[in-house]
Amino acid sequence: MGTDLLLFSLFGGVAVAASLLVVLGRNPMHSVLLLIVSFAALAALYITLDSPFAAVIQIIIYAGAIMVLFLFVVMLLNAHKEDEDVPAGAPTMKKPLYMGAVLAVVLAAELVWALSVAGNEPDGMLTRGASPDSAALGSVRGLGQLLFTDYAFAFEVTSILIIVAMVGAVVLAKREL
Amino acid sequence: MVRLEYYLILSAILFATGTVGVFLRRNVITMLLSIEVMLNAVNLTFIAFGRSIGSADGQVIMFFVVTVAAAEAAVGLALVIALFRHRETLNPDVFTSLKW
Amino acid sequence: MLRLIPLLPFVGFLINLSLGRRLSKAVAGAVACLAMFGAFLVSAWSVWTLVQMAPDSRGIVDQVAPWIESGALSIPFTLRLDPLGAVMVLVVTGIGFLIHLYSTAYMHEERASEYARYFSYLNLFASFMLVLVLGANFPVMFVGWEGVGLCSYLLIGFWFSKKSASDAGKKAFIVNRVGDFGFLLGMFMVWVQFGTLDFQAVAHQAGQLPPEAVFGTLSIATLLLFVGATGKSAQIPLHVWLPDAMEGPTPVSALIHAATMVTAGVYMIGRNAVLFSHAPETMAVIAGIGVATALMAGTIGLVQNDIKRVLAYSTVSQLGLMFVAMGVGAFAAGIFHLYTHAFFKALLFLGSGAVIHALAGEQDIRKMGGLRRELPITYWTFLIGSLAIAGVPLLSGFFSKDEILWKAFSGGHTTVWVVAVIASLLTATYMFRLVFLTFHGKRASAGSGEHAAGASHAVAGHDQASGGGPHDAHGANAGRLHDAPPAMAIALIVLAVGSVAAGYIGVPVVIGGSNRIEHFLAPSFEPPGSEGRLVSAETYRAQTGAPATAVSPTGAVVSPAEGRAEAPPTTAGASHAEAITSPEAVAEEHASELKLMAFSSGIAFAGIGLAMFFFLRRRDVTDRIAARLAGLNRVLLNKYFIDEAYDAVIVQPIYRVSERGLWTIVDAGLIDGAVNTAGESVGGWSAVLRRLQTGSIRAYALSIFVGVVVILGYYVWR
Repeated sequence: MGTDLLLFSLFGGVAVAASLLVVLGRNPMHSVLLLIVSFAALAALYITLDSPFAAVIQIIIYAGAIMVLFLFVVMLLNAHKEDEDVPAGAPTMKKPLYMGAVLAVVLAAELVWALSVAGNEPDGMLTRGASPDSAALGSVRGLGQLLFTDYAFAFEVTSILIIVAMVGAVVLAKREL
Repeated sequence: MVRLEYYLILSAILFATGTVGVFLRRNVITMLLSIEVMLNAVNLTFIAFGRSIGSADGQVIMFFVVTVAAAEAAVGLALVIALFRHRETLNPDVFTSLKW
Repeated sequence: MLRLIPLLPFVGFLINLSLGRRLSKAVAGAVACLAMFGAFLVSAWSVWTLVQMAPDSRGIVDQVAPWIESGALSIPFTLRLDPLGAVMVLVVTGIGFLIHLYSTAYMHEERASEYARYFSYLNLFASFMLVLVLGANFPVMFVGWEGVGLCSYLLIGFWFSKKSASDAGKKAFIVNRVGDFGFLLGMFMVWVQFGTLDFQAVAHQAGQLPPEAVFGTLSIATLLLFVGATGKSAQIPLHVWLPDAMEGPTPVSALIHAATMVTAGVYMIGRNAVLFSHAPETMAVIAGIGVATALMAGTIGLVQNDIKRVLAYSTVSQLGLMFVAMGVGAFAAGIFHLYTHAFFKALLFLGSGAVIHALAGEQDIRKMGGLRRELPITYWTFLIGSLAIAGVPLLSGFFSKDEILWKAFSGGHTTVWVVAVIASLLTATYMFRLVFLTFHGKRASAGSGEHAAGASHAVAGHDQASGGGPHDAHGANAGRLHDAPPAMAIALIVLAVGSVAAGYIGVPVVIGGSNRIEHFLAPSFEPPGSEGRLVSAETYRAQTGAPATAVSPTGAVVSPAEGRAEAPPTTAGASHAEAITSPEAVAEEHASELKLMAFSSGIAFAGIGLAMFFFLRRRDVTDRIAARLAGLNRVLLNKYFIDEAYDAVIVQPIYRVSERGLWTIVDAGLIDGAVNTAGESVGGWSAVLRRLQTGSIRAYALSIFVGVVVILGYYVWR
C-alpha cells in the first residue's frame, strides 16, 4: 500500500511540476522537453494502473512522435529564442489573461469537486494488487479484441481522420501551392 | 492504498494547468503544448476510470484520443508554419483579420 | 332541364370571352344571339310544360347540385320554375334576345375585340339574371343578384376610357352594394326566423303566422330586403345611379335598366309575397316610397334635355308604380306592369338608340326635331311605345297601369292613388314632350323637316330605311339620315307589336276579359298548399270579430281557421274576394272600376294634350314659364340636388377619413412603421452583436472556456 501511494505521489508530482513549467516557461524549447518529462511520468502512472499498453503507446506515439514533431517545428521556426518581445502594433490583451487565470482556478475547483464525488464507490481502491482479470485488463490480445469488435466503427473513422489530417497538413504547410 | 479520487484530482489539476497555459501564453506553439497537456489529463482520467470498472475500454479510448491528438498536432503545426511565413511572428494577437 | 336556361348564355359568355378577339364580329354576335335564342326556346318549352300542369301545382324543379352543406344549413343550388318565374324568364330571354339582335347593328362600329367583349358581358348578364329569376332559395337568387350588379358595372362602364362612363359604373356598383347589404341582413334574419332559406319553405312557414300588427322581426327582415330592392330597382334613396347609368351603350340601358335588372327588386318582393304580406308596416313603406319615387322622378323627367335621361327617369317612375302595386298587395298587378313595361320601355330605349345612331351620337333633344319624316320606322314604333306608357286605352300599358291604380283605390289607399294618378299624368306629359321635341317641329340645327301640326296623322314621308352602311356619312348636315338598319328595325317592330298586344292577357273582368294573368300568377303568391283558404274581408270579420289587418297576396284575407274555407277560389275576375259578396256589391264594384278606368284614360289624354300645347304648338309659353320659374327649373334640372347632398354628407367624409386617417396614419404610419421598425431593429441589433467578433484567437478561446465553466458549474450545482 505504501509503495503504491509513494509511487503515485512521486510520478504525480513530477507530472504536475513538469506541466506547470511547460506552461510557465519562457523558452518553447524548454517547454517541449519538459512536456516529454511529463509524458514519461504519466506513462509510469499508467503502469501503476495496470495499463502497460497505454503506457507504451504514450511513450512511443506521444513522446516519440508528436513531441519530436514539435521539436522540429520549434527549431524550424527558430522559436527557441525569447518569444515575449511583442512585435510592434500587436495589442497586449491583459484582461483575457487575468480572467483566464481566475477561470482556470475555478475550473480546477469544479473538476476536483465533480470527480471526487464520482469516485465514491464502495471499493474505490484502485491499486490493490492483482484484480481478478488484471492480466486480461492490460493484455494486448484483450485490447485488440475490443478494438476490432466494439469499437470497430470508431477505428475505421479514425483511420480516415488520420488520412485527412495528413493531407491537410501537407497542403497547409506547402510553400505557394 | 490509492483511491480513485487521487488520480482524478491529479488529472483535474493537470487540466486546469493546461487551460491556464492556453490563455496566458503569447506563443502559439506553447499554446499547442498546453492543449497537449489538457489531452493528457483526459487520458489519465479515462485510464483511471477504466481500471476502476475493470474493463479495457479506458485504454481503447485513450488510444483513440492519442491518435486524434496526433492528427490535431500535425495540422496545427502546419498552420503555425503557414502563419509564420506570413507574419514572421508567433504571437496570436497579431492575427486579427477576422475582426468585424 | 331548367339549368340549360342560364347555362346557354353562360356558354356564350365563355366563348366570347376566350375566343372573342379572334372571331369576326358576325360570328361573335351570332354566338351571343344564338345563345339567347336557345335560352328562349328552352324557356318557352319549359313554360309550355308548366302550363300543361294543373293550376294548383305548377312547378318544375331542377336541383343542379348541392352547394352549401354545413351543419343545419343546407343550401342546394336549385332552380325552380313556377308561374311567376315563367313570366320573368320569358321576358328576360325574349326581350333579351331582341336586344342582342339590335346590338349587333348598334355596336357595329366597335373593334372586333370590343364587340366580342360587349357580347360576352351581355350574355353573362343574361345568365345571371336567369339564375336570379329561377333561383329556388335566397342564396341562389343572391348569386344572380350580385352577378347582375357586376355586369351592370361592366356594361355601364363599357367605354371605360371615358371618365364619366367609368364613374357611372362605379357609382352604380357602389350604390347597389349598399342595397345588397340590406338584402344580406334581411336574408340572415329570415334564416334566423325560419331556419330555412328556400322560398317555398319560407312561404309555407310564414303563411302559418298571423300578420304582424306591430313592427316586429318580420317587418324588419322584409324592410331590409326592401332596402336591397331599392338599390337594385333605383327607388328613393338609392335611385341615384340609374340616370348616370345612361353612359352605357343604349341597348344596355334597354336591357338592364329598363326591362330586366331593375325589375329584380320587384320580382324579389313578388317571390316573397307571403312573407311581405305578413308585414303590413313594410308594405306601407313600400307603397309610400314607390309612389314618392314615381312622383319625384316624374317631375325631374319633365325638364331633362337628354333623350336617355328622360327615359331613365321614366323607368324610375314606372318602377315606383310597380312598387306601389306590391305595397298595396296587388302582386300580380305589379308583375303584370313589369311585363308590359319591359316591352314598351325596351322599345323606347331602342328607339332612342336608333335616333342617336342616326344623328351620330347626338342625345340632346333641344337639337333634334322633325325626325319623323326621316326616320319613319323609328318614329312610329317610338310613338306606339309612348302611347303605351302613357296609358292610352287598348295598349298594354293601359291594362297594367290601370290595374295598379284600381287596386290602390279599392284597397283603400286613397292618398297613394292620388299621387299615383298625378305621376301618371306627368308620365304622359313628359313622354309626349319627348316625342314632340324629338320627332316633330323643325330641326334645331339645319334640317329637312317641315313644321308639322297635330299629334296623330298619316305621314307621307319617304322611307329612308337602309342597311347598316358606313357611318362616316352621318352628320346633321350631311343630308339624308338613315333609319334603323334591319337588325335594329326588327327588334323595334317586334317590341312595338308586343307593346300593343302584351296587355291582352290581363284584360279585367269588367270589360269582358278574364284577367288570365292574375289567375296564372296567383299560385305563386299563395303559401304552398293553402289554396282554397280565401275568404272575404267581411267574412273574416264576422267570424273572428277582429278587423282584417292584412291583405293576402291576392286580395283576400287568409283565414287562420282550420279546415277548408267556405268558398273555393273562383275564377271570377278581379280578385277582390267577391266569392261571398252579394251580386249588388259586385255590380257596384264593377261600376267603380269602370269609372276609374275612364278617369285614368282621361288622365292619359290630358297629359298628351298638355304636351301638345306646351311643346308642339306654343313653345313660347313654355319658355316664358321656364324663365319665370327659373329657380324651380334649376332644382328639377339638378335632380333636387340629391347627388350633391350625398356627395357632401357621405362621399367626402369617407374620402377624408380614408385619406388622412386610414392612409396616412394607419397604413403609412402604423403598418409601414411596424415593418420598417422590424427591419431597422434587426440592423441595430446586429450592429451591437457584431462586436463579439474581435478576430482575436484568445478572446474566442476565452469565451469557449467561460462557457465550459458555466455549464460545468450548472451541473455541479445540481
